[in-house]
Amino acid sequence: MTGKPYRLTEGGSRIDRNSRMTFSFDGRDVQGFAGDTVASAVLASGQKIFGRSFKYHRPRGVVGLGSEEMNALIGVGADARHEPNLRATQVEIFGGMVAESQNRWPSLTYDMGAINSKLSRFIPGGFYYKTFKWPQAFWKHVYEPIIRRAAGLGRAATGCDPDTYEHMHLHCDVLVAGGGLAGILAAEAAAKAGARVVLIDENPVLGGIADLTAGMINGECAADWLKPTADALQMMPNMRVLSRTTVVGHYHHNYLMAHERVGDHDPALLAAGAPRQRKWKIRAKRVIMATGAIERPIAFANNDRPNIMLASAARGLISRYGVSPGTQGIVFTNNDDAYLTAFALQKAGVNVQIVDSRARPDGDLVKRAQEEGIPVSLSSVISAVAGTQAVRAVKIAAYRKGQGRVITERKVDCDFIAMSGGWNPALHLWAHNGGKIRFDDSLQSFRPDTHPDAITAVGAANGTMSVAETISEAQAAGEVAAKSVLKKAKAAKPAKIEVKEPKRGALEPLWFAPATGHYNEGNKHFIDFQNDVTVADLELAQREGYESVEHTKRYTTLGMATDQGKTSNLNGLGVLAEATGKTIPEIGVTTFRPPYTPYSFGAIAGALTNDLFLPVRRTAVFQWHTDQGATWEPVGQWRRAYTYTGVGEEKHQSITREILSVRNKVGLLDASTLGKIEIKGPDAAEFLDRIYTNTFSTLKVGRCRYGLMMNELGFLSDDGVTVRLGEDHFLMHTTSGGADRIAAWLEEWLQTEWTQYKVFVTPVTEQWSQFALAGPQAREVLEKLEPDFEITNEAFPHMSFKIGKLGGFPVRVYRISFSGELSYEIAAPAGYGLSLWQAIMEAGAEFGIGPYGTEALHVLRAEKGYIVIGDETDGTTTPDDVGMAGMVSKKKTDFLGKRSLEQSELKRDGRKQLVGLLTEEPNDILPDGAHAVADLKDKPPMKMIGHVTSSYMSPSLGRSIAMALIENGRARMGETIAFPLAGGKVMKAKIIGTVFYDKDGGRINA
Amino acid sequence: MLLVTCPVCHASGDETDFHFGGQAHVARPATSNPEGISDEQQREYLFTRINPKGLHFERVRCDRGCGKWFHAARDTMTMEFKAFYGITELPPDHVIKQAKGAWAEYFTMRMKKQK
Ligand SMILES: [Zn+2]
Repeated sequence: MTGKPYRLTEGGSRIDRNSRMTFSFDGRDVQGFAGDTVASAVLASGQKIFGRSFKYHRPRGVVGLGSEEMNALIGVGADARHEPNLRATQVEIFGGMVAESQNRWPSLTYDMGAINSKLSRFIPGGFYYKTFKWPQAFWKHVYEPIIRRAAGLGRAATGCDPDTYEHMHLHCDVLVAGGGLAGILAAEAAAKAGARVVLIDENPVLGGIADLTAGMINGECAADWLKPTADALQMMPNMRVLSRTTVVGHYHHNYLMAHERVGDHDPALLAAGAPRQRKWKIRAKRVIMATGAIERPIAFANNDRPNIMLASAARGLISRYGVSPGTQGIVFTNNDDAYLTAFALQKAGVNVQIVDSRARPDGDLVKRAQEEGIPVSLSSVISAVAGTQAVRAVKIAAYRKGQGRVITERKVDCDFIAMSGGWNPALHLWAHNGGKIRFDDSLQSFRPDTHPDAITAVGAANGTMSVAETISEAQAAGEVAAKSVLKKAKAAKPAKIEVKEPKRGALEPLWFAPATGHYNEGNKHFIDFQNDVTVADLELAQREGYESVEHTKRYTTLGMATDQGKTSNLNGLGVLAEATGKTIPEIGVTTFRPPYTPYSFGAIAGALTNDLFLPVRRTAVFQWHTDQGATWEPVGQWRRAYTYTGVGEEKHQSITREILSVRNKVGLLDASTLGKIEIKGPDAAEFLDRIYTNTFSTLKVGRCRYGLMMNELGFLSDDGVTVRLGEDHFLMHTTSGGADRIAAWLEEWLQTEWTQYKVFVTPVTEQWSQFALAGPQAREVLEKLEPDFEITNEAFPHMSFKIGKLGGFPVRVYRISFSGELSYEIAAPAGYGLSLWQAIMEAGAEFGIGPYGTEALHVLRAEKGYIVIGDETDGTTTPDDVGMAGMVSKKKTDFLGKRSLEQSELKRDGRKQLVGLLTEEPNDILPDGAHAVADLKDKPPMKMIGHVTSSYMSPSLGRSIAMALIENGRARMGETIAFPLAGGKVMKAKIIGTVFYDKDGGRINA
Repeated sequence: MLLVTCPVCHASGDETDFHFGGQAHVARPATSNPEGISDEQQREYLFTRINPKGLHFERVRCDRGCGKWFHAARDTMTMEFKAFYGITELPPDHVIKQAKGAWAEYFTMRMKKQK
């Protein structure tokens, strides 16, 4: 081999030798070419160790070719742009890139965690379960922090991600997952027939592993023959090709999720405004799965040493990047395919020999090896590997299946190993959503069987390993898929394709290669590299009775790492099968779960962050509130002004000021968020009688009535004032948070139960601005606004309304009150909102008007004993529980919830009832939710008899007040009950009625 | 992500564009006979639902489309929708024929009533 030190002088289909770039890996500058991956560039620089293993902290290097890589996980990007757990074999380099290895504390070549490796006989399978179970407190304070530090798989970014992410929706006739030989030809066939096709591939260039395949198509090697077809696909108008995109999940009815790495590989794209990544949500009429296959490692002693890689990975390094893993290689295989790697190495000038576990392989490639003079050891396995940080030599032993002990062995110097245990169809997508799979003896692997959705597997993903069969299978699948979704498909004119490929000999399963020495004495046979699960661990689990494969998986953590067992699951099943004397299908498989490869939280969130995370609804007066120093209370998606703090004012001071302004002068509240629903039609009144507990058909036009709503269980669900605008026309007010829910509720009953009613339900909340003008001087302010209607108490009494004009404003004015004061709720079309608000403030200035917020409103209503749905009720509260049995009609034969009130639970004695509370100490404010007890003791248990639902300091009364739901509360008037609080404090309070202020309601009717 | 088609406005969309409303064809006793409902009947109406393996009938609302409620016949094993039909309607005959167990009994009873 020439070249220095590992980069060959020639070759490398992916790299551009004219474009050099420098990036940093663990703080060291590394040179590479455009097109290199971090794996190829770092290997070319001579470095083989990419990280430390999860449990034993053994040094690890690159194993895979692409997304199946399980060892070489890296973090890319600095600070806020950092993304952990990326596969070095997939990450493309660019100049200035910052990358780091992950599990390496304190360094890659020496770390404290390696002591675990020496202690490994004390860390067998199930170790976590056995050791860390007890004592419980040790888990939190001792074990977990140590494990987390020693085991970490990457670190999170620091700071707020500055890049953008997108979600895209896509619909197509045919989605092809995988852009190798099979995927390209299937996509081409479907598109030529006229279907709208999407082809998705995880790599930067299409072609899959056609470049690593044996066989000539029409006289060209497969990759060369395929390239013009792949290029032409990009030009087809009915074709969309997404590269660097992984189909991560397949869900019901052919819904797929894909993750596109748009700008990760090129900072210039990001700088030009491209999103960093996209999440595609795709609905396809037909899916063609052309996801290829993943090569299997072999479990031999110390098969995890750096520079032991899959045969396909070694082949890819040479062919794509012009990088050789070393100068002396061993290809260890149980099948013909790996011979291709030996040929590639030999061609590149690397010394290579083949170790084949089979006794009499008879394929064409085996013959070719002999012809080319490559040494082949048949009936042989690698029984030991010398070297810890790098491979120095192997021992090669004679092998006969079922033979446990090594009889003869010889040592061969080498600096890398390329292994192949066969290929597993990548059937993850097939299995995500209920596809059945079946075991194939010739592959010694599972392949797709039946599927409830319209999905077809082609090529290696379908277990079809021959080039010729893949071509015909893929073209047929594309055409069939197109025909099944198109009314009229275009006739296909398939070109004549001639394939010459070597005849393959049979693979012989090799789940375990016996070791020199005892395999649990430092000679570990790794199955799951990422989770450090060995053959011995699986056998131990078996001996300990973990017969179900799902149990074994959880006990040993086999297949539970970020690679989800891509290279380990089947090998694990093979070991279990041999240990139990069962067949692999009898052992069964564990569930395949999305995602196929992990993807970032940024892509999952997309643009839905910050202001777009949950859009805020603002009233017409929002900006005015902001300018006046409002602090905000979220109510559903609305932001309501909580209180308006003036200069030098604390919140409790401004709230008190706002309350006293309403009680003594006049205040103005933005009540626009209150739910407003118009209900219109000849049956509107009868419909409302079904919805409310009380009667609305008797309400006169021009009047308002407070209504209670129950659900069918008899529990309170909403309340509010409904006004009768006309004989067949009502306006319902709901709670601010309940507007959408109640509108949907009304629709549901109209559409599904009382379908004969002629009624329309129209939510109009946003159409109206509505302000509560409340206080003893509210009428004077209203007068100043020049109403064109009479506003005397006689002409405009409590619970009535007027439609007319206030100066230039078209308004509806409802004389209703949630504060207990004389109050007018003035509504105008929302476009008038701000100017009406300002006009009212101006008119009220001489009376000392002030805006008040939601907290003042809540104190005002609590002083009056008015309930709030959700505070005084909790979803199991009846009208009687809150003392409103009088509002439940006895005359109406049927309304929602009526029958349930007769059920025994809702009628029983001892239900919690709403009462008022006065603490013994007037300045003590009971905490919301504080529990009352029947039998005060030093410590629990104590019998709890209810809880505080609302609690405030009342400026109007000059002391604290509270409401509570207490067992048999109404029979306990005058009793003092105790509330033991956190920290040992006890508050005592006397039970009284719920109305604290203006008990006879004189003010409201003034 | 199920693909749902509204039988009223004929829009197809993801299940998240719709609102599932639980088991279909649950009769509300108080609508027809408000005075004569036993505690057991009311309990049955409020709380008892079936959970069949196979064909099931459910209510769905076209939440982000026309807003109408409708019915869906869904196989709980394969997730295949066998039919979408109106909120006041019974399923198509060929779907009723596939019903088993409690649903078969229910539809037999409904057909008898209709005759
Ligand atoms: Zn619809």
